[in-house]
Amino acid sequence: MHASVRPAVSVNITPPVTTGAHRETTAPAEMRMSVSRVNFWYGPKQVLFDINLGIATSKVTALIGPSGCGKSTLLRTLDRMHETVRNARLEGEILLDGKNILAQDVTQLRRRVGMVFQRPNPFPKSIFENVAYGLRINGSKLPMAEAVEKSLRHAALWDEVKDHLHKSAYELSGGQQQRLCIARALAVEPEVLLLDEPCSALDPISTAKIEELLVQLKDLCTIVTVTHNMQQAARISDFTAFLLNGQVIEFSPTPQLFTKPTDPRTEAYITGRFG
Amino acid sequence: MATTSTTVPSAGPVVGSRSFLSRLREGDEIARLITFLFAASVVLITLLIVYELWQGSVLPRHKFGFAFFRTSVWDPNFEQFGALPFIFGTLVTSAVALFIAVPLGIGAAIFLAELAPARLSDALEFFIDLLAAVPSVIYGLLGIFIVVPVMRDVIQPALKNSLGFIPLFKGPAFGIGFLTAGVVLAIMVIPYIISVSREILLSVPRDQREAALALGSTRWESTWKVVVPFARTGIMGSIFLALARALGETMAVTMVIGNTPAIAASLFSPGDSIASVIANQFTEATGELYTQSLIELGLVLFLLTFILNGLARLLIVVTSQRGGAARA
Amino acid sequence: MNMNAQLRWRKFVSNFMLTMTGLCALVAVSVLFFILGYLVYHGGTSINWDFFTKLPAPVGENGGGMANAILGSAKLLLLATLFGVPIGFFGAIYLAEFSSSKIAFVVRYAADLLNGVPSIVIGIFAYSLAVHPFKHFSTYAGGFALGVMMIPITLRSTEEFLLGVPRTLREGAMALGASKWKTIATVIVPAAYRGILTAILLAFARVAGETAPLLFTALGNRFWSNGWNEPTASLPVMIYNYALSPFEDWHRQAWAAGLVLLALILIINIVARAILSRGISVPRA
Repeated sequence: MHASVRPAVSVNITPPVTTGAHRETTAPAEMRMSVSRVNFWYGPKQVLFDINLGIATSKVTALIGPSGCGKSTLLRTLDRMHETVRNARLEGEILLDGKNILAQDVTQLRRRVGMVFQRPNPFPKSIFENVAYGLRINGSKLPMAEAVEKSLRHAALWDEVKDHLHKSAYELSGGQQQRLCIARALAVEPEVLLLDEPCSALDPISTAKIEELLVQLKDLCTIVTVTHNMQQAARISDFTAFLLNGQVIEFSPTPQLFTKPTDPRTEAYITGRFG
Repeated sequence: MATTSTTVPSAGPVVGSRSFLSRLREGDEIARLITFLFAASVVLITLLIVYELWQGSVLPRHKFGFAFFRTSVWDPNFEQFGALPFIFGTLVTSAVALFIAVPLGIGAAIFLAELAPARLSDALEFFIDLLAAVPSVIYGLLGIFIVVPVMRDVIQPALKNSLGFIPLFKGPAFGIGFLTAGVVLAIMVIPYIISVSREILLSVPRDQREAALALGSTRWESTWKVVVPFARTGIMGSIFLALARALGETMAVTMVIGNTPAIAASLFSPGDSIASVIANQFTEATGELYTQSLIELGLVLFLLTFILNGLARLLIVVTSQRGGAARA
Repeated sequence: MNMNAQLRWRKFVSNFMLTMTGLCALVAVSVLFFILGYLVYHGGTSINWDFFTKLPAPVGENGGGMANAILGSAKLLLLATLFGVPIGFFGAIYLAEFSSSKIAFVVRYAADLLNGVPSIVIGIFAYSLAVHPFKHFSTYAGGFALGVMMIPITLRSTEEFLLGVPRTLREGAMALGASKWKTIATVIVPAAYRGILTAILLAFARVAGETAPLLFTALGNRFWSNGWNEPTASLPVMIYNYALSPFEDWHRQAWAAGLVLLALILIINIVARAILSRGISVPRA
């Protein structure tokens, strides 16, 4: 099925619990991606401070925190989308399967690390062509129709659109458009899928559908999602990182972070005292 | 509620301040009236133009009717006026102009909007805007003294040698004519295509580009396969705008087109355009029918540019709305 | 491996197209420098005191200048500004401050339409209204034609800048009891003055170079034009006539006049944009 799913991913991986000043990580073995000593600036202003994180293979990792804490910024470094902004500067290392993504070819990287954006942004093309886009530019030899169907099924959208594949993507509802964007991203078979608050522009029913989808997609690829909705993080993620003012305050398996947070700031956030 | 015995009770203030207020309001009323008159005069002038063009061409309209547009004879001596050569000339020169200007202009706009660093783009756009301010007669000056000799001595012979078997490039080539006028026109309309297209491309929502890049597109792929198609309608609009500009362009064309009412297959042939024949012959037109035929040509030009400009604006508005709709 | 070759090709295409489109931009921009270069080269040496002070020499003779054309252009532009700017300015005030949206739509539509009318057609129009009934050409007619062309640019830009004045400013003035027209005169217009001035300058620069509308209104004049009711020479028309003539000396003078005219227009444009360069974008004329 998915060529790049590494077998024998131990479910017992425990990402390091980081609190307060201690952000040294003992990097465990089977991390799909790892972020080491990353600092990030927009122009003169530093927005990420000494980030160290591991993204576990075939798991859902959630990044939570109040507005402006840097979670989206951090997410976007994982596929080097920060490079589309003029004065962005990144220091540190980000590894994908052990290799530094900053030293690789960015076009190839982005095929392996896909992204779904906050607001659905389908191309002004048909549903079919939206999904096929990534395949076409990569010169895929696969029969297009099958590949498109496969992706749409993975995104739980096939049944709703199978008779309308050549209609414009804009005729879909917001929730459907977002699932289309997920299908589009899945079509190139990424190893990691990044989602930046994928449900924040959607209604509750679409949100529920997508949450369900993300949990199922774990088997296909590693998921990292940014969300401002704590309940969502608690529901769907395996690991959660809490960020505040550009720093990772706490990073633990989700049940642990939400029931027994070690840092008082984490506790304050998840009990709603700010954010 | 303070009232006076002379007025109906109202929620208004006391007598003294009431008339002060009404004086104030009257001052506003006067201001409103005066400024309204100025605004109305704009509409009035526009209507007058249409009226004068219509009334001023009554003779040829009645005498020739629609045959005016089919006849190719333009002979003031025998009072025969047919607009076909000028319509032909206008269309041919505009076609040549667009053929050259559209690829160049859109290519440049893509560079400025998508591929160039922001500061370079702004600097270049500054110069493009200045180009748009260069008056037509200056382009004509350069046309006569620089472009015509180059066409005559270099380009046209080269075309004849390589492509001379095509009727377009047959016949004597003196440097003036349809091709040269088209080239000069192209130089004139490129800045318009660039400015408008660049703006339209810049208005394409960021996340379209980002989505394409996030799927592993190269910069060119994201530009050409996503951003440009998104802006397609607006870019069409910019082309229509450029065409409207080219149609009405008078001085530069007059100076290099040859001023011969001719319908010919060769681009090297001298010819005439609607605007240039009006410019050349209007003050020498003897007799009402002659003058009014020229005015009727002006009416044609007016209608053509009116339609094109209207279409262009529609297309541009549709694109910017689609940018909004895509987010719905 | 196959992937690599394909990827390399895609990247090559991307860089190639970057270069090609960059070339397009370079070609387009270089035209400006070519124009300036040729004007300076051919006309620079002919700009001398005579050019600015002497009348044209008799046909066929060398020498002479364009003093009458320079003065003529000045007179025409003065008339144009006096006619076109108030209409545009006060009309814009009506649109921004008083009018209903329906009327505003109609006026704006008319202004946009007017803006798109080819200048030769404006010439015909001005001829019909200001020349034909009086049976002679005049500076008035030329000024009228140019003034009509100034209206749409002035109107739309002024309106845009008036509307751009923040509500809080208006409300502050009115809360102090100022009437509407007083608010406009003392608060709103001064707040928008930069943009309005830019609009007027750009409109001025636009019509300064116009030739076609003058061809059958102000016509031309080899001598001084007395008063305002006679035909007058103007720089653009002189350039046109001299360029088409068979005389070398006149060609030389046409270049010089072209340089003077273009320099004037470019300087006004640059100044206008500089006035506005506090971050607001200049609307397209």
